[in-house]
Amino acid sequence: MTDKDRLVPDEGLAPASTVLPAAAGPLEEFTRPPRSQWREVWGQFKSHKGALYGGILFVLIIGWVYLGPLLWHLDPTLINIRARNQGPSLAHPFGTDQLGRDTFARMMAGGKTSVSVGITAMLLALGLGSLVGVLAGFFKRLDGLLMRMTDLFLALPLLPLLLVMMLLFREPLNAAFGPEQGIFILIVVSIGVTSWMPTARIVRGDVLAIKEREFVLAARSIGTRNSMMILRHILPNVLSPIMVSATLGIATAIITESSLSFLGLGFPPDFPTWGRLLFDATDYLQQYPERVIWPGLAISLTVLSVNYLGDGLRDALDPRIRGR
Amino acid sequence: MLTFTVRRLVLAVPTLLFISLVLFLLLELAPGDPMAQVPLTVPPEVKEKMREALGLGQPGYVRFWKWLVQFFWIEPQVLIDHYLGTSFSEGDLRVISWQTRSPVMDIVIQRIPQTLWVVGTAYVVGVLIALPIGIYSAYRQYSWFDQAGTFVSMIGFSVPPFFSGVLVIVIFSVNLGWFPSIYDTTHKVVDWDSFVIQLRQMIMPVMVLALQITAQISRFMRASMLDNLNQDYVRTARAKGLGEKTVVLVHVLRNSMIPVVTVIALGVPSIFGGAIITEQVFKVNGIGQLLIGAIQANDLPMVQTLTFIFAVLIVLFNLIADVLYGLLDPRIRYD
Repeated sequence: MTDKDRLVPDEGLAPASTVLPAAAGPLEEFTRPPRSQWREVWGQFKSHKGALYGGILFVLIIGWVYLGPLLWHLDPTLINIRARNQGPSLAHPFGTDQLGRDTFARMMAGGKTSVSVGITAMLLALGLGSLVGVLAGFFKRLDGLLMRMTDLFLALPLLPLLLVMMLLFREPLNAAFGPEQGIFILIVVSIGVTSWMPTARIVRGDVLAIKEREFVLAARSIGTRNSMMILRHILPNVLSPIMVSATLGIATAIITESSLSFLGLGFPPDFPTWGRLLFDATDYLQQYPERVIWPGLAISLTVLSVNYLGDGLRDALDPRIRGR
Repeated sequence: MLTFTVRRLVLAVPTLLFISLVLFLLLELAPGDPMAQVPLTVPPEVKEKMREALGLGQPGYVRFWKWLVQFFWIEPQVLIDHYLGTSFSEGDLRVISWQTRSPVMDIVIQRIPQTLWVVGTAYVVGVLIALPIGIYSAYRQYSWFDQAGTFVSMIGFSVPPFFSGVLVIVIFSVNLGWFPSIYDTTHKVVDWDSFVIQLRQMIMPVMVLALQITAQISRFMRASMLDNLNQDYVRTARAKGLGEKTVVLVHVLRNSMIPVVTVIALGVPSIFGGAIITEQVFKVNGIGQLLIGAIQANDLPMVQTLTFIFAVLIVLFNLIADVLYGLLDPRIRYD
């Protein structure tokens, strides 16, 4: 496989008029008709059964937490003290908690928060990481400085630091944005700024390798400016490591958010997230152990599906593995 | 190799100083007031005096310098005094916790053995389980054993310790009643029976931590073995007529262990971080729980010292990993 057909730019990053005709390598002309890069990727992805089921499960979970509340009308915060501590029934499939709130509705509301935090924090970390990685890899002058900074961040004790940040900035942000928005911003930003380093390192390594390729030299020789060089030629080629770290980033962000909620330093008590639900349920461990299972299972299944998805993506996006 | 080690050691000093500065500046922003618990009937001027007694009256850079001196100069002296019976540190002010008004390091020293017992055992157990799994999954790639190993390590990655911990409590403590759900740190091992009790209370936290460690290290071991199994020297070894056992367990294993050893070294500090949650679940009063308590009580000197100790662990083990890599693999010596 030559460089050229890896260079089909992603539609999101380049105007459609600049899309090169997919130049098939000379070998492939003999074997099968040319196909676009993303169909190749999909073909490889499909053959990884774990990744396929992981992807389906993840889409189902996202659909459940975002679209579920439209179909399930019970309010997750509605207190019905007469119906407290009920087991599973038709009216309450997962039972009710100690205040009679419907666990099924709370699981959906909690999942919505957890998944939103995961995705937003991942996007932030990914943006920061790619920016630092591309800048450090592309501009030699910035490399030393940015990589020392990355090393420094990697040497910080992250979970203790996150806990400290929760302690420090909770009050001012709550005052500025309201208790729910404030803590959401706080959690997303603190997870984002403490988890971009692996992405930055991987992206920098790839950019360094790609910068030495002939097609970059060719682009440079026709007078491509640095900004266009990064957007058109470098970024599409480092897209695969970025996508893989995106999936892993969602997984770690969801786990980190749940850990914070579990330690009592995340979202406020009346605002359900999966970690918070699990934390609240541990008080009733002896009497109602099943209440711990639901949120725990939801976190684990989401993270498991995302991890399998990332595993499959890594294989599918690697042209050396594809087609085997 | 020695110059490299020395250079890295020297470089670690500014890194650590910078980290301590970042932590200090972060904590400077803290809105919490250590006088918040003092009754309202105490007049303001007395409060001001109490604040000064805690060292809060001076500007930030003076307090940072004092903390540095206390942590890097006075605390080691205290340690030397403790072991040699000398009196270097007499009359010097130490880092004082706002919660207990006693030296922070004394409390840390009290708490560290519990953490080390649980985390250390878990790490050793996790590595001992992970290595054979990784070796065999690589040797029989895509066999059912390999698939099962992949699945188990995926579970280890995906199930957070606060769920797996609570889950084993539900199963083994609540339903089966085999193990106690709370780790009793006052328990002393004196004879066989008390040793059995200690073993029973350690099994669950150790297993929860070991599951995660196993997941990571067995993956690394497998990948590293796979890299080596197709190398030419393996074919040579087989062609020489060496037994399969010698080829895999001596030739391949020794070469594949190089990256794995560094990963094991790198993983030690992150395990201390992860142990914060496990300690919370099983009520082990180690340093993780100390940190959570200090954060909730707004005890800034304690938080500063503990987070800095975590940072020291990370920097130290990064250094160890680098040096180990150079020692084990002559190709990447840093001369």
